[in-house]
Amino acid sequence: MGIDFLTRGITPWGQSVFTHISWDLLWVSFFAGVVFLAAHSVYMLLSAHSKRASADVDALEAKLKGLPEKIQRHSLAARMFHWIMAAAMLTLLFTSFLPIVGVQFAWVEWHWMAGLVLAASILYHIIHATFFMDFWSIWIGPKDIPEFKSEIMRELGGDAAGPKPAKYPLGNRLYHMAIVVTGIGATATGLFMMKRVQTPFFTRDPYILADTTWSWMYVAHGAAGVALVGLTMAHIYFAIRPEKLWLTKSMLFGFITRRQYLEHHDPTRWRVPGSEPVGGRPSE
Amino acid sequence: MAVIHDMMPAFELFQPASLDDALGLLDRHGADAWVMAGGLDSFDWLKDRIRKPAVVVELGAIEGLRGVKASGDGIEIGAMTTLTEVATNPLVREKFGVLFQGAEAAASPQIRNQGTIGGNLSQDARCWYYRAGWSCYRAGGNVCYADTPTAVNREHAIFGADRCVAVNPSDTAPAMIALDAKMVIRSSKGERIVDAQDYFIGPGTDITRLTTLQTGELLTAIRIPGTWAGAEFYTEKVADRKVWDFPLVNIASAMKVNGSTIERARIVVNAVAAQPMRLEAVEQFVAGKPRNEETANAAGELAVRGAVPLAHNAYKIPLMRNLVKRAIRGGDNGWASTS
Repeated sequence: MGIDFLTRGITPWGQSVFTHISWDLLWVSFFAGVVFLAAHSVYMLLSAHSKRASADVDALEAKLKGLPEKIQRHSLAARMFHWIMAAAMLTLLFTSFLPIVGVQFAWVEWHWMAGLVLAASILYHIIHATFFMDFWSIWIGPKDIPEFKSEIMRELGGDAAGPKPAKYPLGNRLYHMAIVVTGIGATATGLFMMKRVQTPFFTRDPYILADTTWSWMYVAHGAAGVALVGLTMAHIYFAIRPEKLWLTKSMLFGFITRRQYLEHHDPTRWRVPGSEPVGGRPSE
Repeated sequence: MAVIHDMMPAFELFQPASLDDALGLLDRHGADAWVMAGGLDSFDWLKDRIRKPAVVVELGAIEGLRGVKASGDGIEIGAMTTLTEVATNPLVREKFGVLFQGAEAAASPQIRNQGTIGGNLSQDARCWYYRAGWSCYRAGGNVCYADTPTAVNREHAIFGADRCVAVNPSDTAPAMIALDAKMVIRSSKGERIVDAQDYFIGPGTDITRLTTLQTGELLTAIRIPGTWAGAEFYTEKVADRKVWDFPLVNIASAMKVNGSTIERARIVVNAVAAQPMRLEAVEQFVAGKPRNEETANAAGELAVRGAVPLAHNAYKIPLMRNLVKRAIRGGDNGWASTS
């Protein structure tokens, strides 16, 4: 017995169109997330840790005397965005998937209201990141290949000399990329779908798009939604892992310690105001 | 899109003679089985080829599901009792006039002779977009064709629209809720009893069903306690035709009155939402109030608070308001009775 990936319906004009993805895929995403979590947990028990050796950190600390004790990692505005987005995302996931797994309640209003909060927070984040943050620090590209190689070597237990992460570790940036694709995909399609339910904003009208266009929109929304289930599970998992708690705390309080900065980051790639230059290429 | 045929489609027909046999069949065939009582809702679905069950379980041969009997100070009605039997039963007429009026208001004499009380309570929505077989929300799809700028939605909901705007069309459901009836539901796993008010569900709970019945479950009986026996009842159904029509709005109320003071009341309106609406705010408001024009007017206004009309059904708001007023006043226009 195989999985149906898409479900179909008939329009008033007799066309067969997709109505949404098969909700079996929700379970696929959920169990993929569980398997990943279990595999990663086992791996972490056995793997080496990638932070800088204590003696090296001591040396760096002695060299960079201008570094403050607390180093700001996330501004208040960035933290507010993160937590508002997180609340909206969790509300969206619970209101969409609980009814599918049998917990019945009037979910639609909560869902689109959370969707609007998410859309507004994304818009805010785009503006904030573009004009008030180091925009390129979160993106990935060919320049990250040396870091990728070094990180893999460190994970395998080697003492790779290659670059340490800049402000955001590579895993962070890859996750951000996945969230950009799925989050914007779900939000953009969701905003269109609001035209199909009763809200105070529009007269409900399913005829603004062709049935086939709508069908792909529902498929895209559902696919992004189930992908976000697995991604959110992974995100929460990493947030509560002991060796990542310093990052989670920084999302709460905004800063990391000087020691954490030197242990996990490359000062030449993430320049902190007030520190003395230590050579290497300019900050990204 | 519906394809109407004179011929019934092929399916395997079972006519169990006992409730246990019926439950066994439902258990064995699960979602492939279609339960048929009087057939008046079922035949539309089957002949239009909108629903294509592999198995039909017809309940007409189960004698245990028929009849009205006294039960304590109330009555118990078998789910397969016809509407005519309910409407003509002396116990029902004597104690629970609001139910006999509701049953009498349903459809036509021929249909009442065939249609059952269980079927009338459990019937599906009559939204024609849904019944035409299009993949609307209620049919498991992702669109409501009835709530669009160009839709024909004169008969649809003014309350509780949650994507789907279909309404519950039952004539007897408001009376059952007004009388605080208990619905006896059986499955192979056992029996559960739910209040009539909770038997009906809205789209927020499950957009594809109007009742709480799950696959494999049967409504077997309705128990009406004596709580409201002999109360003052009021029933009124407004429809496009006097017979053989579904309600545009209908109301059933039970009221205990002491002199000119309303002691307590239960008021239920149907065909304005996906589930019959018990007007609890109105009930609380009128309790202890004098039964006069002022109370009736205020109750009517309170009843329609929060109503959201669609393109063509705004008329339901004054209609519902006036029906509530008339229920409070009792009397001349509807079908009022003191048992």
